[in-house]
Amino acid sequence: MAKVLMKGNEAIAESGIRAGGLCYFCYPITPQSEVAEYLSRRMPEVGGAFLQGESEVAVSNMLYGAAGAGVRCWTTSSSPGISLMMEALSYIAAAELPCVIVNIVRAGPGLGGILPSQGDYRQAVKGGGHGDYRCLVYAPSSVQEAVDLMPLAFDRADRYRNPVLIIGDGMIGQMMEPVEFREQEFPSLPEKNWATDGCKGRKPNVVNSLYLNPVEEEQLNRKLGEKYARMERDEVMFEEFNTGKPYRALFVAYGTTARICKTAIKKLAEEGIDVALLRPITLFPFPSERLNELAEPAEFLLSVEMSMGQMLEDIRLATCCRKPVHFYGRQGGLVPSPEEVADEVKRLLGSAKGDR
Amino acid sequence: MQTEAVFAGFGGQGVMLAGMVLAETGMNLGREVVWLPSYGPEMRGGTANCTVIIADEPIASPIVLHPRDIVAMNRPSLEKFCGLMRPGGYVVVNKSLIAVDPDRDDVRVVNVEANRIAIEAGSAKSANMVILGAYVGATGVVPYEALVETAQTVLKKKPKLIPVNLKCLEQGFELGKQARAD
Amino acid sequence: MQTIFKRPEALAVQPTHYCPGCTHGIAHRLIAEAIDELGLRERTVGIAPVGCSVLAFNYFNFDFQQASHGRAPAVATGIKRGRPDLVVFTYQGDGDLASIGMAEIIHAANRGEKFTVVFINNAIYGMTGGQMAPTTMPGQVTSTSPFGRKTDDVGFPIRMCELLSSLRTPAFIERVSLSSPKHIIRARKAILKAFRYQSEGRGFSFVECLSTCPTNWGVTPLKALEWLEEHMMPYYPVQNFKDFEPATPEGGKDAD
Repeated sequence: MAKVLMKGNEAIAESGIRAGGLCYFCYPITPQSEVAEYLSRRMPEVGGAFLQGESEVAVSNMLYGAAGAGVRCWTTSSSPGISLMMEALSYIAAAELPCVIVNIVRAGPGLGGILPSQGDYRQAVKGGGHGDYRCLVYAPSSVQEAVDLMPLAFDRADRYRNPVLIIGDGMIGQMMEPVEFREQEFPSLPEKNWATDGCKGRKPNVVNSLYLNPVEEEQLNRKLGEKYARMERDEVMFEEFNTGKPYRALFVAYGTTARICKTAIKKLAEEGIDVALLRPITLFPFPSERLNELAEPAEFLLSVEMSMGQMLEDIRLATCCRKPVHFYGRQGGLVPSPEEVADEVKRLLGSAKGDR
Repeated sequence: MQTEAVFAGFGGQGVMLAGMVLAETGMNLGREVVWLPSYGPEMRGGTANCTVIIADEPIASPIVLHPRDIVAMNRPSLEKFCGLMRPGGYVVVNKSLIAVDPDRDDVRVVNVEANRIAIEAGSAKSANMVILGAYVGATGVVPYEALVETAQTVLKKKPKLIPVNLKCLEQGFELGKQARAD
Repeated sequence: MQTIFKRPEALAVQPTHYCPGCTHGIAHRLIAEAIDELGLRERTVGIAPVGCSVLAFNYFNFDFQQASHGRAPAVATGIKRGRPDLVVFTYQGDGDLASIGMAEIIHAANRGEKFTVVFINNAIYGMTGGQMAPTTMPGQVTSTSPFGRKTDDVGFPIRMCELLSSLRTPAFIERVSLSSPKHIIRARKAILKAFRYQSEGRGFSFVECLSTCPTNWGVTPLKALEWLEEHMMPYYPVQNFKDFEPATPEGGKDAD
């Protein structure tokens, strides 16, 4: 199929439909409303369900209902809207329901700004809602990758019976890049014999997250814990850049900032400074093992984020602080430039020399 | 090889569309492209700009602090972006609305009266096509024929507008080419 | 031998946790009877709220989802939009529906979502131990209105049927009482009609059941029924508010 030039938000919308996400609920919020606008036109063409709900609170509970009835469903929103969905997300995780939630992250906290940010890392990766749960979290760094991750997200949601988040910054949503919608093959999924879709010929099914008996609640917690451990074993995805030859420093960055680091690496190479990059594609599970290996030859690691340094904590955990882990970031909707990132590497290398 | 151009102007001057036509032309030629808008309140009638990157290799950073070229449809845009350009780049200036000259001597200036040409061609709204033509004429970043083909495809839902837009594109292109020769 | 009375198939064989004299059991039975009568059991999904009926899924013999506090209408919307062939109802108390879930109920009603709502109004929060509800009567003593509900401080009780009736879209809105056999027969008819309308694809149907809470009201079950009739029924008139049955083939949406 020929490539088409598409805005990230619209490409995500189209890919969601092609992945069988034929039930979509939404509430408008910048910078992702184009997804809803696109799907309001497109869903009727494919016989799918589109509904603009009264709030993100309602929308996320619509997901709970539809997912519980065995319907492949999804929503998109941006940071403040995602916060409103946290209660339902916790219920969805507890009831083990599959759905996909796309967060086109904007600057925060509070109402914040509408420009790109990566400030929702912790909310996505560590929970966000109450209780002991996790989401599988993907972070695309191009429009094409966002398109490719949608079918995978739906598949994994169904396979693990777990909510899957796709985290893109405003840049991924607003930028136009050429995309190709490629067919992806997945092994067949288990039947949704747990769904509340009418009890004909079987005992009634219940979608529930209430366990007043502490022993039963503990059993659920442990079952979920095992599921998250399986994800950590089987679902880690990352990209390496420039790791094939010796390097002095290692960037760790995801999404748009990873691309900025790549340009910084090229600029630094022109000056004879070799730097490599590890780009997590899954934020949970985090590519800790590979990061640990790649950290070994580096003098230091540099986490580059559009936040005050959130992934930074996971990098330090993964490497057990064996190497210095530094941070460089911009906040508030400002995006670091390759030049400032490269300068930071040079500054750190210079001060390291001074230390000796 | 990678070129970056910022198309900037008032909201409504069609700079986003001009950039999109350029990006789509690059894509049709099999090259790597990114079209990155500034978005936000400035979408609502204030200044608007987009960055178009065309490259032979996968594009790393979509953010460009120092673009090679600038296409300025109004004075605030020229003032905002001209200082950021890399030396040796092209700055295309809409002389219909910008009385001043760029205050740099290390960049190549292409002056185009985009609004006047568009009005004379019969569509005041097509000034964006004049300046896009001029940009391509001056830089040769994509072949003219490919640009025309893309513009026709983009406008296929409004066939009546095709002739006047192609006329604007062509007149701009000729001016750009001349400026390059100079 | 002829069977003249039996447990509805849609009701599970399971003793409930409800207090003696509580009217939840009556409401459960009326729903089960309606579902059986219309033959809907095998394609019905109920939504349990947060409140005393949080465990309702144990008491019915068909599929159930348990929703977060107040969100049952959103959950029902999700199911119905994704699977329009299913029969869906929410079972909600006054705190759940008229307080924390006010936005969800109004918007589901206004969109004309094709599910049924059974609203249990007993003028108090039951599960959490008798706090003031949006439907608590003026002067009524609760654990958070120890001097009686003061209307100059927290306003008058919300009349949900009247509120929802101001919307044009809903197909069926009726208030009934579970206080006496006479009223229960009327309640049974209303609930049956609500489900029938849903199965006919007519639109949003809503039945408010005036109910008792002897435990948190601090009275005997008998006194509770008397109190309901004396104090609640004058303020919450038992009547039909909307019924688009006659001559409106399109669900009555353009009837007014």
